[in-house]
Amino acid sequence: MRVYQFSEQPYHVAWDVAKASGSLRVTLPNRLCEPEVASRIINERLDEWTLCDELGLDIIVNEHHASATSVSPSPTVTLAMLAARTKRARLLALGYPLANRAEPIRLAEELAYIDVVSKGRVDIGLVKGSPYDIAPANSNPVGITDRFWDTHDLIVEALTNHDGPFSWESPYHEYRQVNIWPRPWQQPRPRIFVTGGSIDTAIAVGERGHTLVTILGGWNATKLFDAYRESAAGAGIQAGPDNFGYCALVGVGDTEEEGLRRLNAIAGYFRTTSIVAEPFVNPPGYMSAEGNAAWLKKNQRRGRAGKHFPATTRDGRVLKIGSGAGHGIGVTPKDMIDAGIAFAGTPDQIVEQIAELNDHLGGFGTLIMMGHGGDLSHEETKASLTLMGTEVLPELQRLNAPAVVA
Amino acid sequence: VRENVTAGTPTQLTIDGVQIEVTEAGEGRSLLFLHGMDGIDPAAPWLRALSARHRVIAPWQPGFGHSERPAEFRSIADLAYFQLELAEALDLRDAVLIGASFGGWVAAEVAVRSTERFSHLVLIDPLGIKVGGRMQRHITDMHALSQEQLLEAMWHDPARGESDYSAMDDRELLGIARSRESFTYFGWKPYMNNPGLRRWLRRVRIPTLLVWGESDGIVGPEYARACAAELPDARLETIAEAGHYPHLEQPERFVALVEGFLRDTTPAAAATNSI
Repeated sequence: MRVYQFSEQPYHVAWDVAKASGSLRVTLPNRLCEPEVASRIINERLDEWTLCDELGLDIIVNEHHASATSVSPSPTVTLAMLAARTKRARLLALGYPLANRAEPIRLAEELAYIDVVSKGRVDIGLVKGSPYDIAPANSNPVGITDRFWDTHDLIVEALTNHDGPFSWESPYHEYRQVNIWPRPWQQPRPRIFVTGGSIDTAIAVGERGHTLVTILGGWNATKLFDAYRESAAGAGIQAGPDNFGYCALVGVGDTEEEGLRRLNAIAGYFRTTSIVAEPFVNPPGYMSAEGNAAWLKKNQRRGRAGKHFPATTRDGRVLKIGSGAGHGIGVTPKDMIDAGIAFAGTPDQIVEQIAELNDHLGGFGTLIMMGHGGDLSHEETKASLTLMGTEVLPELQRLNAPAVVA
Repeated sequence: VRENVTAGTPTQLTIDGVQIEVTEAGEGRSLLFLHGMDGIDPAAPWLRALSARHRVIAPWQPGFGHSERPAEFRSIADLAYFQLELAEALDLRDAVLIGASFGGWVAAEVAVRSTERFSHLVLIDPLGIKVGGRMQRHITDMHALSQEQLLEAMWHDPARGESDYSAMDDRELLGIARSRESFTYFGWKPYMNNPGLRRWLRRVRIPTLLVWGESDGIVGPEYARACAAELPDARLETIAEAGHYPHLEQPERFVALVEGFLRDTTPAAAATNSI
């Protein structure tokens, strides 16, 4: 199992004002973003990722726009800096919101460039794009899934076609001379990760054999992984741990109390991520018409658009987090651990927690740990990461893939 | 009341291979009505009143309500050509083309292409043209408004626009969701306008009535005057105590304006154009 360290690079100092305004995203004026503070926040995260390189951990970044939840608008920029600062870590952005990107060829070029500079350390992460990032990108929310796969196909072709210019004329993209220089270091191309929270996505990713990453799926993630395995098998692909990634919040401490306290700070993510002004929560067309009809029926105005499995504890309690069911009020770190969406405590406890979920899900080769979030300090983050790299990671690397019953 | 009563039950119609729903009522001169983002209410008072003396044909446009949206339909031009196909299929002659809001945009796109089958054009608070500079927007960003703000912007009396979705059946809700999706699909970017349309409005050489709700918070007076200035033969009438849908908020005033306009204007024989 490989472990990637993740932070959204949150601008948490604006959160109280943002919450009072009713939206952390889209409409929050950027006068609330002090450049000096943003500089400190970003440089602390870059230093933490550089530390990961020394600790044997890998690196994952993401992007959001017009948001106090994240001051990372372009992961290729971040990865380019980290490619120059690091020696061995894998470099993953999960991901590039394809349906919101006007220039996929530019993205393929930048990925190939970073892959070449880092001598083959790039992993490619592709996502559709969050509903609230539609407005800042001004991309049409209707047809987002078709646009995602068309863009995916174009990027794969650009990375792997080495016989001179090709042309691409689809409903979504129009290019006459595609011929990227440099081409990627890894042949035929870097590995592709795709996030998925719905069965439909799991099936589509499985058909292509890409690595499916479920974010905070908990015990329910078996449904996604099983759908993937079946779909992959239909395409002649025997899915193993390399085909699966799992993302959770992780707080490591010298004591259980210290680990839980760190997790609680990181969980500021849950308490903010779905606070979005009403019109940007679910733009028409982002969900299917059937899904939107169901929203109308419930007169739903808030929450997370799309089909998702809610985080559920072992005794069947649905946690009011993440899925937009709530902002995590009253949800404790122990609830999150019980639901399998967070791992926290001492290194020994965390190894045990991860091993149990790994066994339950049939084996995942990639763990994405949100090891920084909320107002967790730089010093605390480094301490947590150091324990993760020195005491947890060696145990995870020894984890055998559990047998999967087909 | 959303029941299909005396004003006519929607019927299925296949035009150029595309299956749509159409509400038709009355006899006489044909009035082709193109709806806005909220579709057609067959029981609406304006529709009943106009159908007393005319044949009102109100199609659900492709992608709206339960009308099919072919995958190859990608822009407002496709909706315009579709209405020309419909006018041909129904063999409309000297018909009155009426469009409200988004449907007014489609009607204008039809009219710049061909008025062969139409003698008059009525545009009710139409969307469709770009007015003002690059940092000004004369069409309100409806996708940046909450439900409550949207009602405030669209109605003189916002209570008129409220809907109890929980009381509707699944089919009706699906129709609403499809309408909103298609409105977004065709109007997202450039936002609710075709940058080329304003230049070509000069091709609309038939008498045109612009009807504007005085309280419209979506497209206001400056935008209305810009539309009137580009249309060669247009009169602009405003209706008090009405918002973006004056035909719904002040149906009597609206119907009186339309009847008066049709009475007062006769198209010059040579004025029709076609492609």
